[in-house]
Amino acid sequence: MKFLRRSLIRLKNLVTGQSADQRLREEIAEHLAFQTEENIRAGMSPTEARRQAVLKLGATQAIREDHHAEHSIPFIENLLLDLKYAVRMLLRSPGFSFIAIATIALGIGATTAIYSVIDATLLHPLPYPNPAELVRIQDDLPGVGAQDVGISVPEWRDLESSGIFQSVSVSGTGADVNLTGSAQPKRLSYKHVSPNYFAVPGVDAQLGRTFDPHDATPGFNLEAVISDGLWRRDFGADPHLIGKALRLDNDVYHVIGIMPPGFRDLGSTSEERNTEVWLAAGMAGLPFPPPLRGTRLHGRTVARLRPGLSIAAAQERLDALVVSLKKQYPAEYPAQTSWTVRLTPLSESVVGSVRQSLILLFGAVALVLLISCVNVANLLLARASLRGREIAVRQALGAQRMRLIRQFLAESLLLFLLGGIAAFAILFSTRKFLLQLVPESLPHMNDISINWGVLAFGLALSVIAGTVFGLAPAWLMSRFDLMGTLRQEGRGSSGSREGSRARQILVVSELALSLVLMVAAGLLLRSFWDLFTLPPGFNPDRVMAIQTWLPGPNDPTADMYRTATQESVLVREILRRNRTLPGVEEAAVGDVDALPLGHSVPNPLPLIREGIETMDNQAPAIDGPIVSPEYFHLLGMSLERGRLFGDHDLEDTPNVAVINEAAARTYWPNQDPLGKRVRLRLDTREPLSPAKPTWTTIIGVIADARMESLADAAVPQIYRSVYQHPAKDLVIFLHGQLDPSAILAQERSQVQSIDPELPVFHAETLKEVLSDSLSVKRFSMEMVALFAGTALLLAGLGIYGTISYVVNEQRREIAIRLALGAQRGNILKMVLRRGLGLAAAGAGLGVAGAIIVSHLMAGLLYGVSPSDLPTFAGVTLVLTAVAFAASYIPALRAMRFDPITTLHSE
Amino acid sequence: MKEKLDVLQGTLALMVLKTLDVLGSQHGWGIARRIEQISGDLLAVNQGTLYPLLLKLEHEGSIASEWGISENNRRARFYRLTAAGRKQLQTETSEWERTAQIIERFFKVKAEDLP
Repeated sequence: MKFLRRSLIRLKNLVTGQSADQRLREEIAEHLAFQTEENIRAGMSPTEARRQAVLKLGATQAIREDHHAEHSIPFIENLLLDLKYAVRMLLRSPGFSFIAIATIALGIGATTAIYSVIDATLLHPLPYPNPAELVRIQDDLPGVGAQDVGISVPEWRDLESSGIFQSVSVSGTGADVNLTGSAQPKRLSYKHVSPNYFAVPGVDAQLGRTFDPHDATPGFNLEAVISDGLWRRDFGADPHLIGKALRLDNDVYHVIGIMPPGFRDLGSTSEERNTEVWLAAGMAGLPFPPPLRGTRLHGRTVARLRPGLSIAAAQERLDALVVSLKKQYPAEYPAQTSWTVRLTPLSESVVGSVRQSLILLFGAVALVLLISCVNVANLLLARASLRGREIAVRQALGAQRMRLIRQFLAESLLLFLLGGIAAFAILFSTRKFLLQLVPESLPHMNDISINWGVLAFGLALSVIAGTVFGLAPAWLMSRFDLMGTLRQEGRGSSGSREGSRARQILVVSELALSLVLMVAAGLLLRSFWDLFTLPPGFNPDRVMAIQTWLPGPNDPTADMYRTATQESVLVREILRRNRTLPGVEEAAVGDVDALPLGHSVPNPLPLIREGIETMDNQAPAIDGPIVSPEYFHLLGMSLERGRLFGDHDLEDTPNVAVINEAAARTYWPNQDPLGKRVRLRLDTREPLSPAKPTWTTIIGVIADARMESLADAAVPQIYRSVYQHPAKDLVIFLHGQLDPSAILAQERSQVQSIDPELPVFHAETLKEVLSDSLSVKRFSMEMVALFAGTALLLAGLGIYGTISYVVNEQRREIAIRLALGAQRGNILKMVLRRGLGLAAAGAGLGVAGAIIVSHLMAGLLYGVSPSDLPTFAGVTLVLTAVAFAASYIPALRAMRFDPITTLHSE
Repeated sequence: MKEKLDVLQGTLALMVLKTLDVLGSQHGWGIARRIEQISGDLLAVNQGTLYPLLLKLEHEGSIASEWGISENNRRARFYRLTAAGRKQLQTETSEWERTAQIIERFFKVKAEDLP
């Protein structure tokens, strides 16, 4: 306590130090005055009185110094002195300071910016209490190659009572719903969730309540919880909204709760739209299928583990449970499907898809930071050689080595801190602009911010970098050969041999690091370019897609678009009206699955082939877009065999379908798929469908197109007609000379003149859809390319500085050579050789590093080998060219030395 | 002339506190004079060392100071004991007395007194 208190006092004295000393002096003066008066009264002459007074008091200066020593902290005082001196040094060479600070700001700013993205995504993927306990549960049937087949209601109950979990929630994957009743019908994303859905993350409503976890009402409940965003946007943050009605797909729900701002739907990934409405469902009872083990709910199971249970331990217990269930219900879980249940951390499903890209970015940016630090260290060393005399004189005057190192360290720390502060200021003022560069599909895009954590990161980075990269130059600087440097008086100064060796090592590592970055950028660019220029198998030119959504009320009889025949009236009218729109040449309709690359949550259907005995729950899943007959022509998808369906294939005529070549290859290898019959639903167990299975006949095969992702060539597809199968999520495709700015309004008035309750939204060209599907790839490619360019620039500056320095150092030698008759061309060659030597060493090291790095990032590459020769060769060539150019200028200068003047000036 | 005694470590503070306790408010020179007088010129107090001590005591909160006018119409800084200082004086006084008693006993005891 006493120590603490004394330290505090000392600290206070440091601040008030001046005043304490002042006090002391005043008091002493006062004392002398008193004593002098007293002495005069005792009969002394004024002079003698004063003299005696001073004698009696003692040595004033010593008193003051003692007091000061006892009441201050010499370390901090020295630090302040060092800082003062460092500031003076910075101001003395503003050019150097500016370049150094700008370089540091570049490195730290870029790193901090990427860190803010990582902070929001990788480090805080789940904004819930105890996020480590949250897991996703997936049922797999590896025996038939099926993954994530969904959970059945009995299995869900088994999990709930297994003792492994605190709670297990089941939800739909999320879909759209029409909100009507306001000025303009709206499309919202909603999820049907089990009533304990909010109990799993452990987040309560900010207003009202969430669903009652004990409520297990069968079927759909007419209660809705809405997001804060929806509440503010569409209901003006009405505090009395609780209990009011919400019309969704013509069903009336009651709002029971509003989630707090920032609540993020459980496990929403980059692929999912932002859920704004949650509706409770019992997941059993009508209209859900009967709770059989084989009838799996399509959706997502998210659970919270019992506290203290690790994922591995839980998985072990789960495996045991699966084994015992298989024994108990052998008929439901046949051996050949080998049913398994798999736990994955929920965070993985949120950020798993972007982790590699982000780590790559962070690696790239760390390299840039490293290079900029190396460059500054290089600059510091260069300056040290100019300050050799100053340092030698200070040493000669008795400055201790530690003291000198501390002094230099203070200078470099000051530089790095200023750089960090500048970086932060730039980041903060440009954050709005920077956020626009981030692809929207990045998870937690909205949470990316420049917050205190990011600030702390940036500052810590500056301090660490400043210490690490300031220490080496400081060390080398303080080792100047005292006598040598002083003896060289007037001959300019030269740093120690160690100093120049250190500079060369720094430049070589800079070159190597930038080569690594350039190779990474080159490979990413090549794979991105391959994807971008790849023929997608359909023609996106001059095609626009506009979405609408038909309501699907809970009571099927209230649905005016229940059957394909009912819906066809609307579809045909939409198509007829669209053809009259200005510029439209062709129009077609499809569901969201038919929107190429625009549906990120594919909705696969079980494919049951006639003549192949499969249990329903073992059926392979296939994508089944629903389209109008014009679709194939509009998108330029060519028919390979058979025929397409047409306007005459209706609900009451036999069901027909067209498959792509991938489906033909996968499911009917070495057979003619034409005429084969399939079922696409679990007919016998689907309560809403006719009891008799209806068969769909394959009538045609079309060429493969990249519908799911540009990187995936052959995803099996089965296309069916919208006149035979109703679809709720309609996409209207228009081909022609269209005005993107006017088309949405035109389409809205067309559609709403048929049915005013239909929302019309999201008009985009297929080109945009295509390019959006590559946005994360494009983002990382562009960023890495940017960083690589920066690195190259910095490396060029580094080699320029080093060669200039070497030339300067050898001025005398070169001048003597010239005076003795050396050819100027030889001097040029000599200097260039040195530059190229450094470049060769850097390139050699860099290629080795780049091979390692490129293999680590192989998962991000497409269509290009990690050791792609043209990329490596090209990058090495560019680097060498830059190194050559950077050495050429100083070499030219060396060549033009005038021997007489140079030697005279020495 | 008798050799003057050096002030024992730490006792100067006690003297200052006691002086202020007796005199109430007093300026630095006054305190210095008082200590000299009481010690009967037996103690060699380096008067200068008094001022750093006063500053220290003030920092520690044992005494407080304010400007005032001295008896001969000089502007001077007057020190007075604070509540904390008074308490400190009490503890230190009793500690000092205990130490003195113990030392005294050591002086008095003779070989035959020991059991």
